[in-house]
Amino acid sequence: MYFETIQDVWAMAGHGPYVWSAYVITVLTLAGLLWAPMRNQSSLKRDLRAHYRRQGFVNGPAAESED
Amino acid sequence: MWGWFHKWSSPRWFYQLSGRLLPWLAMLAALTLVVGVAWGLLFVPPDYKQGNSFRIIYIHVPAAAVAMAGYMVMAIAGAISLIWRIKLADMVMKCCAPIGAALTFLALVTGAIWGKPTWGTWWVWDARITSVLVLFFLYVGVLALYESFENKEAAGRACAILALVGAVNIPVIYWSVEWWYSLHQPASISFTGESSIHPTMLRPLLLTITGFYSFFAMCLLLYVRNEILSRERNTRWVRELMGMAAKA
Repeated sequence: MYFETIQDVWAMAGHGPYVWSAYVITVLTLAGLLWAPMRNQSSLKRDLRAHYRRQGFVNGPAAESED
Repeated sequence: MWGWFHKWSSPRWFYQLSGRLLPWLAMLAALTLVVGVAWGLLFVPPDYKQGNSFRIIYIHVPAAAVAMAGYMVMAIAGAISLIWRIKLADMVMKCCAPIGAALTFLALVTGAIWGKPTWGTWWVWDARITSVLVLFFLYVGVLALYESFENKEAAGRACAILALVGAVNIPVIYWSVEWWYSLHQPASISFTGESSIHPTMLRPLLLTITGFYSFFAMCLLLYVRNEILSRERNTRWVRELMGMAAKA
C-alpha cells in the first residue's frame, strides 16, 4: 500500500475531500442505475400478472425458468 | 448472416440469452471495479505534478469513455430501427439514454472535482468540457423526446433521428483537445503508439475501464429486459413466463 496510516488515506495529502467525494458520487450514481431497473422489474411483473388476470387467465404452472 | 440477424432481433431470444449473460457480466463488473478502484486509490503512487487528485482518473476516464461509446450504441441502434424497423433496436436505443445520461453526468462532476485542485477552477467553457455537456443534453433530449410522444412508434423514429444527428458531437469530443487550445489534458492512452501514462498508473485504469464497460452492458440488458416484458406483454411466452395460463 502506498499510504502509511489510515489517516493518510483519508487526507491524501490535502486532496482527500476531492478524491473521496468524487468516488462517493460515483458509487451512489452507479447504485442508482442498477437499482432503478430492479425496482421497475418487480412492479412490472405485478402489473403484468394483474393484466393477465383481467383478461381471464389464471395462475398456471410456473415457466421452467425466468431467464 | 440474415438468419443470425433475424434471430438476434427476436425479443424472446434476446431475453433468454441476456438472462444467461447477466450473472457473468455482473461478476466481471464487480471484480474489475473493486480491484481497479482499490488499486488506484491505495496502491498506485501519486502523480508527480498533480498529487493525489489524479486518482480521480480511475472513475473519470472510464465514465467519459463509456458515455461516448454508449452514445454510439444508441445512435447505431437508432439507425437500425429506422432502416429495418426492428423493435429490439428501438428498445436498445431508448434504454441507452438514461444510462448514458448518468455516466455523462459522472464524467462532468468528477471532472469538475478534479479540476478544482488541478486547474484551480471547477469549470471552464472550453471545447472538451462544453462538448461533453452537449453530450449530456443530447441524452436528456432523447429521454424527454421519447416521453413527449403519445405514439411510441413516432417517438422511436424522432429519437433515432435526434441520436443520429447528435452523433457528430462524438468526434468533436474526441478530438477537441487536439483541435482547440484547452485546459484539459490530451489523451494519455494510445492504441497506436506508446501511451504517455506510466504502466503503474495504467494497469488499474484498464481494469476500471473494463469494469465500466461491463457495468454499462449489464445495466443496458436489465433495462432492455424490462422493456421487452412490457412491450411483448400480449405474447404467449411472456404470459407463460409470468406463470399465467389459460383457464382449463
